[in-house]
Amino acid sequence: MADPKSLYQEVILDHNRKPRNYGALAQASHKAEGHNPLCGDHLSVALNLEGEHIAAIAFQGESCAICKASASMMTANVKGKTRQDAETLIQEFRDMATGQIDIDKQAHHLGRLTVLAGVRDLPTRVKCAILPWHTLHAALHSVADTSTESENDPMHAPLGDA
Amino acid sequence: MSASQSALKPRPASALDVARIRADFPILGLKPSGKPLIYLDNAASSQMPQQVIDRLVRYQTTQHANIHRAVHTLSEIATAEYEEARRKITRFINAREEREVIFTSGTTEAINLAMHGYGRRFIGAGDEIVLTTLEHHSNIVPWQMLAEEKGAKIRVVPVNDAGELLIDEYEKLFNARTKLVGVTHVSNALGTVNPVKQMIAFAHARGVPVLVDGAQAVPHLKVDVQDLDCDFYAFSGHKLCGPTGIGILYGKAALLERMQPFKGGGDMILSVTFEKTTYNVIPQKFEAGTPPIAAAIGLGAAIDYLSAVGMDAIAAHELDLLDYATDQLKRIPGVRIIGTARDKAAVLSFALDGVHPHDVGTLLNQDGVAVRTGHHCAQPVMQRFKVPATSRASFAFYNTMAEVDALVAGIRNVQKVFS
Repeated sequence: MADPKSLYQEVILDHNRKPRNYGALAQASHKAEGHNPLCGDHLSVALNLEGEHIAAIAFQGESCAICKASASMMTANVKGKTRQDAETLIQEFRDMATGQIDIDKQAHHLGRLTVLAGVRDLPTRVKCAILPWHTLHAALHSVADTSTESENDPMHAPLGDA
Repeated sequence: MSASQSALKPRPASALDVARIRADFPILGLKPSGKPLIYLDNAASSQMPQQVIDRLVRYQTTQHANIHRAVHTLSEIATAEYEEARRKITRFINAREEREVIFTSGTTEAINLAMHGYGRRFIGAGDEIVLTTLEHHSNIVPWQMLAEEKGAKIRVVPVNDAGELLIDEYEKLFNARTKLVGVTHVSNALGTVNPVKQMIAFAHARGVPVLVDGAQAVPHLKVDVQDLDCDFYAFSGHKLCGPTGIGILYGKAALLERMQPFKGGGDMILSVTFEKTTYNVIPQKFEAGTPPIAAAIGLGAAIDYLSAVGMDAIAAHELDLLDYATDQLKRIPGVRIIGTARDKAAVLSFALDGVHPHDVGTLLNQDGVAVRTGHHCAQPVMQRFKVPATSRASFAFYNTMAEVDALVAGIRNVQKVFS
């Protein structure tokens, strides 16, 4: 890409082409389905908690590149982390995607996930990036189903793009 | 602009002076995404020429008051302008009488009006409503609501792989319980132009009235409601270079008179006591409350503008654009055109192998190209063609062949990014 600020950077395209932790999990202690009825994206996240640690995690589904790359990077990031660390990342990712924290000035644990920060300038794509994280949150709370459109969404909050 | 005349469909060469037309549309000179705007989302909403913008300003600056109410001069002027807009629309669609033209907030409200006014009065338990796979949600959901309330049944006309209605199947759906047909004139998702005149004749031979959703047809082809002989015809102002918030339900006077009001309030009554209210005559019976006066007058101005350009010239130029774009997209490996009907309006839906439409839309936007991506409020069409969504380029008379070239270059760039 000519424009380095573009959302479609090589790392995102790479995760879209070769998603990490893609597929089903033989035995999952927690799982959830997420869908975005506006664009038809849907994915499932399954994980195994051993004590407080996420010992294994996988996702699968059908979605745009932003959603798939976000899910791929998410699973790579939270694997081995504690439930609490994962929840912190979920919150920070959501704040980054909705422009509520300035990742250059405020402290965070997002690391390479900041490559997805560009969605904050594309209101219609924010939900694509956040969907995997909503679904992970739902899985950790063993909520069976989640949606970026639902009032019952455990992460529901105005995203400024309705 | 006549570079790609189709050999199959002879028609006069497009005679539009597109450069001059484009100068009328201030928004076409902007760079909303940082690049010159290439607006190919006209099926969602069209842009407004300066002439219509000026008319809105003139109304609001010098003519505004409430209508049909006061004896003061300003109110008389506003009323006259509002009714003049109704006259223009009557002529534009060749309705018999002005009272057959009802102002609504748009196509959706027009169809809901027909559902409440006609459907709730004349359709009952066990009755059947025939719709088609190509309908926009706005011509599905109101009838589902009615069917649920009344215990009526929805029957659906299937389509072939090109996105054309199967007319044999349509005819087989009729029986003694068939009470209404709802059909879109032009599919918003695929561009298919449906043989509505033929379908109406078949329905009428069985005593069944037909509602035509004309939201995508009126901007692109000459519509004559008397020639079609449709019972209802619904369309929107904002797809017609007019303002949002205004639309039309045309209905045959005899039907409108038998219908019950949709909304209650001022202007739709002759007299009100707490014991009894007498409803006004049509069209006022269906225009409760203060209508969007400015928007109605703006729609009248938009129709003046389109009539001056000429609907035949508009249709010819748009078909040139469609033929050229179709031809160009067919040359790109990995592009699948969805909707290949023989008779199409200027809508080009497509899928790119291995790339989600939302990624296509975001990347095209970086090149300034505005297309719609998603299910286009026509999820049954998406299910029929087994895609979650498509990318859709839809053309207007102010688009150019160079803009089609930019779309094609943009698609090739998307493929390069995802290769």
